[in-house]
Amino acid sequence: MPSVCLYFQVHQPYRLRRYSFFDVGHIHNYEDETENRRILDRVAQKCYLPANMLLLKLIEEQQGKFRIAFSLSGTVLDQIERGRPDVLESFQRLAATGCVEFLNETDSHSLVFLFSPREFKAQVLRHRERVRTLFDQDSRTFRHTELTYSNDLAIAVEKLGYAVILAEGTEKILGRRSPNLLYRPAGCAKLKLLLRNYRLSDDVAFRFSDRNWAEFPLTAAKYAHWLHRIRSEGSIVNLFMDYETFGEHQWEETGIFKFLSALPGEILRHPEFRFQTPAEAADGNRPAGEIDCPEFISWADEERDISAWLGNAMQQDAVHTLYKMESAIRRRKNEGLLKTWRMLQTSDHFYYMCTKWFSDGDVHRYFNPYESPYEAYINYMNILDDLSQSIKNSKGESR
Amino acid sequence: MQILMFGWEFPPRMSGGLGTACFGMTKGLAGLGHRITFILPQADQTSAPFLNLVAAYGIPVSSAALEDRGAGVLHRLTVHPISALLTPYLNEDRYRELTLYGRSGFRNSAVVYGHDLIAEVIRYGRAAGAVARRFSFDIIHAHDWMTVPAALLAHRISGKPLVLHIHSLEYDRSGDNVNGEILAIERDGLEQADRVIAVSHRTKRMIVERYQIPPKKVSVIYNAVSRNEAQRIYRTERTGRQKTVLFLGRITFQKGPDYFVEAAARVLKVLPDVTFVMAGAGSMMRQLVERVGELKIGDRFHFTGFLQGEEIERIFSLSDLYVMPSVSEPFGISPLEAMLYDVPVILSRQSGVAEILKHALKVDFWDIRELSAKIIAVLKHPALMGVMAEKAKEELRTIRWDTAAERISELYRETV
Repeated sequence: MPSVCLYFQVHQPYRLRRYSFFDVGHIHNYEDETENRRILDRVAQKCYLPANMLLLKLIEEQQGKFRIAFSLSGTVLDQIERGRPDVLESFQRLAATGCVEFLNETDSHSLVFLFSPREFKAQVLRHRERVRTLFDQDSRTFRHTELTYSNDLAIAVEKLGYAVILAEGTEKILGRRSPNLLYRPAGCAKLKLLLRNYRLSDDVAFRFSDRNWAEFPLTAAKYAHWLHRIRSEGSIVNLFMDYETFGEHQWEETGIFKFLSALPGEILRHPEFRFQTPAEAADGNRPAGEIDCPEFISWADEERDISAWLGNAMQQDAVHTLYKMESAIRRRKNEGLLKTWRMLQTSDHFYYMCTKWFSDGDVHRYFNPYESPYEAYINYMNILDDLSQSIKNSKGESR
Repeated sequence: MQILMFGWEFPPRMSGGLGTACFGMTKGLAGLGHRITFILPQADQTSAPFLNLVAAYGIPVSSAALEDRGAGVLHRLTVHPISALLTPYLNEDRYRELTLYGRSGFRNSAVVYGHDLIAEVIRYGRAAGAVARRFSFDIIHAHDWMTVPAALLAHRISGKPLVLHIHSLEYDRSGDNVNGEILAIERDGLEQADRVIAVSHRTKRMIVERYQIPPKKVSVIYNAVSRNEAQRIYRTERTGRQKTVLFLGRITFQKGPDYFVEAAARVLKVLPDVTFVMAGAGSMMRQLVERVGELKIGDRFHFTGFLQGEEIERIFSLSDLYVMPSVSEPFGISPLEAMLYDVPVILSRQSGVAEILKHALKVDFWDIRELSAKIIAVLKHPALMGVMAEKAKEELRTIRWDTAAERISELYRETV
């Protein structure tokens, strides 16, 4: 029986305030609270609340046959807990249906695995704990920030007890094999791997409202028809996308909610098809083969690698300066400093410094609050400068 | 097409962006097959005869350039110097100095120059505009206010369409202390021209708002930069030990040199080893020398005076950062030149070039705090400096005179 596996990523970073060199040593609060609140309110209004309501209705209508998964980053959880309890509550209502799986990730939505195994583990455990507390679930599925993935990561994730991990279904690791099957990561004995079908996922996430696209306008019936062609035994079509696709990246006027609303019915119209969450899909199938992925991949840009965050010398400099602080931060045993250091690990801060503007320009610019990647880097480095001074000063206090 | 162009200086005698732009654009237009009769004012005709000037084409410096590339387009270009005591960026005071302390040979000259700048511009206009009787051409292309009387006369004589190319306006040069007569000449030219080319949207806005010219008459065509890297004499000499920050331009109100001095003082409080260089000459020089003394940063702040040709190449190759804090810059070619030398650039947002450059840092010229913070950032972080220089190099490849010339050529076709 072929399955469709829908997973939505929910994430908002903490955007940083404009922080000048001359603020170093004077201002120690780095967050742009007004801007974060403004964006959260906008996205809550345009996406989270209406989309959650729609999904809840669809789940009820389909009586258990419509099943989905979410991953909420720790930074978005912080922000909705702090400012929008109504949004948190609506996710909790979805959790209570029993048809929604909540995945685990690194709490800070970071790329920490590349830099510190110890901090990686701490962030995963922290996120696991929060999902347990907020949604009453022990997650069996893990996904790393922006779907970054490698053999080493899979091995570490297996050790943490997870049953399944998600990654990008890029030809780089698949060769000519299908993304619509369950695999086993190289070097793992139990962990299973689900791969994003990027064509079908991006048809919704990126191309849905593109009038120059040959398939425009995309209807749920047409889309379901494409899915129905993938119906060999053991097929799992993994549609992974940002949740903000619904109402924020694709505005309501594009008809994206109507599309989502009709989709479960259209897919289930075919008697062999069913929806499964990642954990269910992994349980019900045997791996079709092994995937070897020695280099890091991700779901970003054409390159599907980590160059959007770590591709240039500024990004490298910034990330190394940040992680060099780890031992000093731990020695201070200061919760505030640790929290700030973690907030600064969010991958978005490095994404803003990306200079690959001429090929993938539009997407980067849309999400970038800075005038240029240079401004992003300067701002971030000023903040690190101040944090580093705060670490030194806190030593004095603790004596 | 046959073009009658009223332009400005050619290399090696260049005093700023206007000459550089005329040169690059003419080369591009000639490359597209246009024939250009180039009229320019020239004071000491005896010492720089026509032939020399043509021979000087294809500079800088090495004659190899002439042989390989220049020759192909050279035959499509005829240059006619007309005696006049005009140079770009003149104002009344500078003109008076020129006539009083003029160079040798001036006295022997048969030409009687105008008693003041405006009179000289009008006298030049009569002499230069009259050449329209001697040549045949399809279109007239003039650059900035000083060529307006000449262009209008040629326009009247020939009845051929006139394109006025605006590289700077009196409002840019003088802020609110504008000269009414110059303004009137600009307005006359803008109104009577068939088409107007502005070097940026910023300039177009000024033309439309301050001179009430219909927007659809004004096209924006950006300037570019000529690549002559193959001929570069000075390789980068930056050692990485001591950092040098450069200002290069006329030391006048328009260029914002005073903001550069104030920012230097702030930076030196944080990074005491940095050297600041102010290259150029101009009316604010004395005032700024005094200010540097007052701020007690004289040991880290150098004035070079007016630089030319090789000296400019050399100063770029020695610099770690180029700052253009202009108060009002219609375009601004010099940042592009700095980028050719791998020098990262901080630009005033009040500049036309800021509209096209992505890989530069931008500040409001008045924001000294932000300007100093950005100077500090570039000097402190080699990663920033490196990425900016590398990306700027890629960006420069897209900013070509050939492209600008194609757009001008298209505009000619629409106009004739």
